[in-house]
Amino acid sequence: MNAVLSPARSLATARRVLRQLAHDPRTLALLLLVPVGLLVLLYYVFDADRTSFDAIGSSLLGIFPMVTMFLVTSIATLRERTSGTLERLMTMPLGKADLVAGYALAFGAFAVLQATLATGVALWLLGLDIAGSPWLLLLVALLNALLGTALGLFVSAFAASEFQAVQFMPAVIFPQLLLCGLFAPRDSMQPVLEAVSHVLPMSYSVDGMTQVLRHQDITGDYVRDVVVVAGSALAVLALGAATLRRRTD
Amino acid sequence: MNKSSLDPVSVRAHDLRVTRGRVQVLKGLDFTVRRGGVTGLLGPSGCGKTTLMRAIAGIQARATGTLEVLGRPAGSPALRPLIGYVTQAPSVYLDLTVRQNLEYYAAVLGVPRADPAMGAPPWGHLPAARLGAVSRGRVDAALADVDLTSHAGALAADLSGGQRSRASLAVALLGSPELLVLDEPTVGLDPVLRRGLWELFHRLAGQHGVTLLISSHVMDEADRCERLLLMRAGRLLADGTPAELRRRTGADTVEEAFLRLVDDADDADDAGDADDSAARAGESV
Repeated sequence: MNAVLSPARSLATARRVLRQLAHDPRTLALLLLVPVGLLVLLYYVFDADRTSFDAIGSSLLGIFPMVTMFLVTSIATLRERTSGTLERLMTMPLGKADLVAGYALAFGAFAVLQATLATGVALWLLGLDIAGSPWLLLLVALLNALLGTALGLFVSAFAASEFQAVQFMPAVIFPQLLLCGLFAPRDSMQPVLEAVSHVLPMSYSVDGMTQVLRHQDITGDYVRDVVVVAGSALAVLALGAATLRRRTD
Repeated sequence: MNKSSLDPVSVRAHDLRVTRGRVQVLKGLDFTVRRGGVTGLLGPSGCGKTTLMRAIAGIQARATGTLEVLGRPAGSPALRPLIGYVTQAPSVYLDLTVRQNLEYYAAVLGVPRADPAMGAPPWGHLPAARLGAVSRGRVDAALADVDLTSHAGALAADLSGGQRSRASLAVALLGSPELLVLDEPTVGLDPVLRRGLWELFHRLAGQHGVTLLISSHVMDEADRCERLLLMRAGRLLADGTPAELRRRTGADTVEEAFLRLVDDADDADDAGDADDSAARAGESV
């Protein structure tokens, strides 16, 4: 077991993952343009209610990266597992941590691009009105992307086909979406659900976005939210690394 | 590593057993693979060749018994840079070009950027530099070895089946492996390419002292190997040079020798059903 991270191998892996994406311009375009398109849609949905657009729009800026990176990573790592490339890498001097870090770096970097574009359009073209700094929004968006990458990596271990991998999206992401406070305030939910919402990371990312929406300065709650989302991402990444096996049947 | 370079044996197995599900795929193998040269692993499909190769590469779960590779237990991390394992199905990234595939694997293998003879720059290899221009020389040489230089810029997905398996083979040539484990590397290739690859295998063995263990279910490739391991149904039927096997069985071809060995083993098994001690004698044939 190679627990030590090799920067050269992690970077090479990140570069390889980005090169794979670069050969797929349609996926790239969808990843970048769909969030923007949905924000524009939302803008007109709340045509007469700009306050709701601000609240939901800012939360969505954190949710988009998590959903898209979840899907992209779960398919990409499933392919890696089924195509024999993972098996080959496991015969080579590549640590599991190198592989996981490579994926996190690549999709994290791409998520920065995606979130910057979406946040830029929301703030400056659609007039999304937030009290705090856009950088704080970006930070939560980036951490959400890492969380999505981590979850995707983890669930790909339990999917035998791409059909199954895609079905994990509603199974893993939708409950968080329903309970994160976007549809109803969490403290108004049935107490068991409220308790569950306290342990789901998306609740904290939406709360973090709301903090930036309402407060000009960095609040204690924002710091807590960022720490929880980052901690969850790291914990799930470690779980994902644990699902990579050198020896298989 | 010093130990392995003195050892005349590359792979040493004793009572090697592998279970998959409830089936015992390898049923107690005892053999050695000599250092250097080309050893053929022959046997019908499903006889356990791939499982044995995976065990040697250190990625087969539930292997028991002794399996030593280059002087270390199979699967030791220290072996990873020294073994090149090529699976039967090409394991390359379909959405990368051939060159990009090789560049990535070269980085994973830690192939130095420049030719070793030229040495590292005085500041050493920066990670970024290693990343940017991973050993163009080694990548080009591997491409030339498998005759894919003209397809270096093609996406692996756009290659023909034979080209793709050659791209997969090229990956194994990137590092400085002491042992190459190749699972049916010539299946589905045309005769000219097959001849070219066998020449390459012998060049690697002769000039670079690499040990090659090559599986095939096509018996007419047997005579290209210096030594053979004949497998059937998870057991080793025989090992030796092609000439020895033919002589021992009085057969004209390795295929015929294999068939005679199969018949002998079946007879022994039948005897074993009647009498347990006879089975033990049969196994030791």
